[in-house]
Amino acid sequence: MKDDNDAINSERRTFLGVAAGITAAAVAPGVILHTVAAAPRAEPVTSDVRWGLLIDTAKCVDGCSACVDACNHENGLNLQVMPAGESPQKWETQKAVWIRKIKLQDNQTGRVTTLPLMCQHCDDPPCVDVCPTGASFKRADGIVMVDRHLCIGCRYCMMACPYKARSFNHAEMHGQLTSVPRGKGCVESCNLCVHRRDFEQESTACVDACAAEGHHAIVFGDLKNPNSEISQLLNAMPSRQIREDLVLNTGVRYSGV
Amino acid sequence: MATVLKTCLVAAGLVWALAAQTVQAEEMKRYVVEGSRAATLPSCVEPTELMRRQHMEFIKHQRIATVHEGIRKEKYGLSGCVDCHISYSAERIPQPINQADQFCGACHAFAAVNLNCFDCHASVPNGTPLDAAAAHEAAGVAAQVQSHRDGEDH
Ligand code: HEC
Ligand code: HEC
Ligand code: HEC
Repeated sequence: MKDDNDAINSERRTFLGVAAGITAAAVAPGVILHTVAAAPRAEPVTSDVRWGLLIDTAKCVDGCSACVDACNHENGLNLQVMPAGESPQKWETQKAVWIRKIKLQDNQTGRVTTLPLMCQHCDDPPCVDVCPTGASFKRADGIVMVDRHLCIGCRYCMMACPYKARSFNHAEMHGQLTSVPRGKGCVESCNLCVHRRDFEQESTACVDACAAEGHHAIVFGDLKNPNSEISQLLNAMPSRQIREDLVLNTGVRYSGV
Repeated sequence: MATVLKTCLVAAGLVWALAAQTVQAEEMKRYVVEGSRAATLPSCVEPTELMRRQHMEFIKHQRIATVHEGIRKEKYGLSGCVDCHISYSAERIPQPINQADQFCGACHAFAAVNLNCFDCHASVPNGTPLDAAAAHEAAGVAAQVQSHRDGEDH
């Protein structure tokens, strides 16, 4: 599948920055249209959009885990139970997590930054390169995910991921949510709440939870739409990719790091 | 003369075959479970004959369209089958659809088909509050059924 996720390449950004001012005025009244939600998608997703997140680490609060908890709830990760006889320490490192809170400390200045780290939805995802079955794939709209019908659980993708964003599901599951099937023997990770995407909902569970806490540290949106909040913020404030040296063109960007 | 006789024989044969089929159809075991929404409806998402033989093709085709292309507005979704064919116990608790006495499970047990779909997929409507509510509403059990969303009662 060939698509063209060149959103936020720098020349294009400069160009869009100029164009944005003009189109924004014309499109603004239409914004109301987008708030009517919940229609299931009838057409295939296209590369006209590229979903992404912008995380403002200055607003991310140390000790808060609202995004992680919301993700666990939304995706049924809280349904996992520790297999009988497993040591709790081992379980801590093995249970599936789709978002982790990370703390960075600058050893010279002592400055501490906290941030949520999830699948970075790379434009050039290493997990897709290494997958022997085609289970690890990038959807046309930029979401990197696992087709669990094809996944054989080899975990190459987990080793290839520079962000440690993927988990292997070790335990048998019960009581799964209809919208998020999950099961033993497959690799899984953040899919930008794909079940919400396809029903035209506006945000992800982590974004909603962060906003509900009053932090508003995470913004979700279309990186290719110059009028989206996320594009405008990216245009206005400095942001970085984690491990930009790998040139993966991540869909998740961080400011303040 | 010979041709006329042949035609008659063929015609008679056809009539016999049709009659036999009708008898067969009446005797055929049906799997739609009492108390499911499907039991109140005249037809499946495709004619019954087609569903019996080809549901697996429909579902697998749907699966690719949904997972890879994000198409959700389709009639062959697995969660759709579960919503419509699910039945409820006397206490109005939804019965896992792959159970040997339930819709998918009973026929698969008879046909010796083993599925792993429900290792991952919810075997009862257990959705986002939205679709679970709709399913329970449709089955007339909205008040009795509690969402298992948090898995606390498992
Ligand atoms: C809107 C409700 C509805 C949905 C959704 C639905 N069905 Fe059905 N299904 C029915 C009804 C009603 C019948 C019985 C038709 C009849 O009486 O001939 C039926 C019959 C069947 C039969 C034949 C059963 C028999 O006794 O021979 C099969 C197989 C079947 N459905 C499979 C499926 C599958 C697989 C799906 C999901 C792709 C599905 N159905 C989705 C309503 C539904
Ligand atoms: C290892 C876990 C797993 C197994 C086993 C599995 N699935 Fe899935 N299935 C998923 C996931 C994850 C999705 C994506 C759900 C989403 O994004 O909505 C999915 C989506 C689907 C969809 C599209 C969504 C829907 O509800 O219609 C269909 C159809 C489907 N699977 C059919 C099957 C069938 C048929 C089988 C058995 C042959 C099966 N699956 C086995 C994990 C699994
Ligand atoms: C009337 C009997 C009958 C009913 C009812 C039925 N099935 Fe089947 N199903 C079969 C048969 C027979 C096969 C095997 C066909 C084959 O192997 O060619 C099968 C195969 C399948 C397969 C493919 C399995 C594989 O590993 O390739 C799927 C998926 C499936 N059924 C899903 C369902 C679901 C979901 C339901 C309930 C909504 C259902 N079926 C209800 C008879 C039935």
